[in-house]
Amino acid sequence: MATQHSRSAARLMMAPAVILLLGWMLVPLTMTLFFSFKKYLPMRGDSLENGLEWVGFENYVRFIGSSSFWPSVQATLVIVGGVLAITVILGIFLAILLDQPFWGQGVVRILVIAPFFVMPTVSALVWKNMFMDPVNGILAHLWRFFGAEPVSWLSDASLQSIIMIVSWQWLPFATLILLTAIQSLDSEQLEAAEMDGAPVVQRFFYIVLPHLGRAITIVILIQTIFLLSIFAEIFVTTGGAFGTRTLTYLIFQRVIDSQNIGLGSAGGVYAIILANIVAAFLMRIVGKNLDA
Amino acid sequence: MGRIQLKQVKKSFGDVTVIPPLDLEIEDGEFVVFVGPSGCGKSTLLRLIAGLEDTTGGVIEIDGKDATSLPPAKRRLAMVFQSYALYPHMTVRKNIAFPMRMAGLDKAEQDKRIAAAAKALNLTDYLDRRPGQLSGGQRQRVAIGRAIVREPAAFLFDEPLSNLDAALRVGMRMEISELHKKLATTMVYVTHDQVEAMTMADKIVVLHAGVIEQVGSPLELYRAPRNKFVAGFIGSPKMNFIEGKEAAAHDAHTIGIRPEHIDVSTTEGHWHGTVGVAEHLGSDTFIHVHGVPGCSPMTVRVGGEIPVRHGDKVFLTPNLDHLHRFDAKGLRIA
Ligand SMILES: Nc1ncnc2c1ncn2[C@@H]1O[C@H](COP(=O)(O)OP(=O)(O)OP(=O)(O)O)[C@@H](O)[C@H]1O
Ligand SMILES: [Mg+2]
Repeated sequence: MATQHSRSAARLMMAPAVILLLGWMLVPLTMTLFFSFKKYLPMRGDSLENGLEWVGFENYVRFIGSSSFWPSVQATLVIVGGVLAITVILGIFLAILLDQPFWGQGVVRILVIAPFFVMPTVSALVWKNMFMDPVNGILAHLWRFFGAEPVSWLSDASLQSIIMIVSWQWLPFATLILLTAIQSLDSEQLEAAEMDGAPVVQRFFYIVLPHLGRAITIVILIQTIFLLSIFAEIFVTTGGAFGTRTLTYLIFQRVIDSQNIGLGSAGGVYAIILANIVAAFLMRIVGKNLDA
Repeated sequence: MGRIQLKQVKKSFGDVTVIPPLDLEIEDGEFVVFVGPSGCGKSTLLRLIAGLEDTTGGVIEIDGKDATSLPPAKRRLAMVFQSYALYPHMTVRKNIAFPMRMAGLDKAEQDKRIAAAAKALNLTDYLDRRPGQLSGGQRQRVAIGRAIVREPAAFLFDEPLSNLDAALRVGMRMEISELHKKLATTMVYVTHDQVEAMTMADKIVVLHAGVIEQVGSPLELYRAPRNKFVAGFIGSPKMNFIEGKEAAAHDAHTIGIRPEHIDVSTTEGHWHGTVGVAEHLGSDTFIHVHGVPGCSPMTVRVGGEIPVRHGDKVFLTPNLDHLHRFDAKGLRIA
């Protein structure tokens, strides 16, 4: 993309995609902003035809003033952070294991990727009913086998359970990206480090981990985008109870349960702000890995 | 100290034997070059010495001690890889410091050795750059720098110059030879370029399909190649081989004569033929002569320039003092 000509050609050809994306984003964004400043309760007879009443920042004040707001932000951050930590650490571990030559490698690699193809709703239900059910779940049987009292996972350790379910879903993604990154590591570099007297652990921290830097960054950024808005896993397991109400879930409750579209829209704007804060934060920490 | 002995060392990958049992002695302070065609097992042999591959059989001794099952880090050998294998996320300084850091050397000593190496290798201005911001020759020097700061018992080089352009290669060749003179440390150098082998080595090891064909000083190999393979591999352009009646006249199955040991004349001589391609290098001219019985085309080196053209008739006379004779198995007849 060096010459003036190729640059303008590139701009021209990218224009349709950019315009489409802009429209795609701008329409819902403007509508959300619009509703957030209006009183809009469809069950009470408000409708677009009759015109909506302008209420200024009242929705915003009410949303942030609600006792569930800060706990929901906290729950969101705990879930995102927990899942990121688990998937990245286990992902690196699994990627290193899968990179070793062993019998049945192809099959095992496919098996590892499998959870990613299961719909979030289905996997959450499977976990809820097959693993975590305090009476019939496999974990309950396991606990009883060792003479322990079965844990009511989704009520007593609700956040941890959700983190576990979501991590299970996203681990394959992290593993896959990190595996391809590990495979692109020049084996002569490892051999050179070995000759330079670096034992296995040092080779990992000085050679492998820096090489994975960019891949880890990508995993973190992409996963964060999706994790900030997880919904199905909470909906089918705890229904937002036991401290698992994330910001997304809170907005859903405001709009659907209380039928308050204006209030929900204000929540949506807060969610956008939160996502941007998280993104700015992440770019500061890991974004430099994307340069060069 | 850096005396390396291989005793009956063997290497197989699965069913394929790459190196049949092989004996070799490398004396302390020697510059030994492994040469051979691609795929003959040069790198494999070097990696066996380095400890990066396990031997299938035999014993490797370093300074008289059995090192066969020692891990690479314990062998006190430093290796320079063909791809340089620099650590891309570290600066040049950190790259060079890495082996010392792993050995737990104190900071002052590290800095001293880095400064010395950087000075010797002309890297002082580049210490804070990353490998990605260096030219090929500079990267090569960083790789060498990383090897010398460890003060190893021996250096192992695997085709270190093959990624460089011709001019730089000549320069680096000199620098490595110079370094060897200065450090007087054993160096084992792998190349498939026989010019590198001839110019740098104290001792050349010619390998062919994992077998050592001959070991000797460059001039020994040039003057008295043990067999046809070595005769054809050492020397540039290649030796001419003549079979049939001409060879039988010298009681041999094949006779060999180097291009530089043939006289050319336009009037009289032992053989005659027509000139094919003539390569004019200025200092030398290589002419390929067609029509010599038992050998076609025959390559001839003429010092300076000679006014012959494609299609001209020329007469050739071999210098019989430099004739090499080989039997039916390709072995030299003394
Ligand atoms: N890991 C391996 N598994 C199986 N065969 C191998 C392996 N490594 C090398 N070989 C085989 O061993 C032989 C020697 O390889 P090696 O790399 O030592 O050749 P080389 O002399 O260094 O060649 P080049 O000049 O091209 O580098 C080759 O035929 C190669 O195919
Ligand atoms: Mg090689």
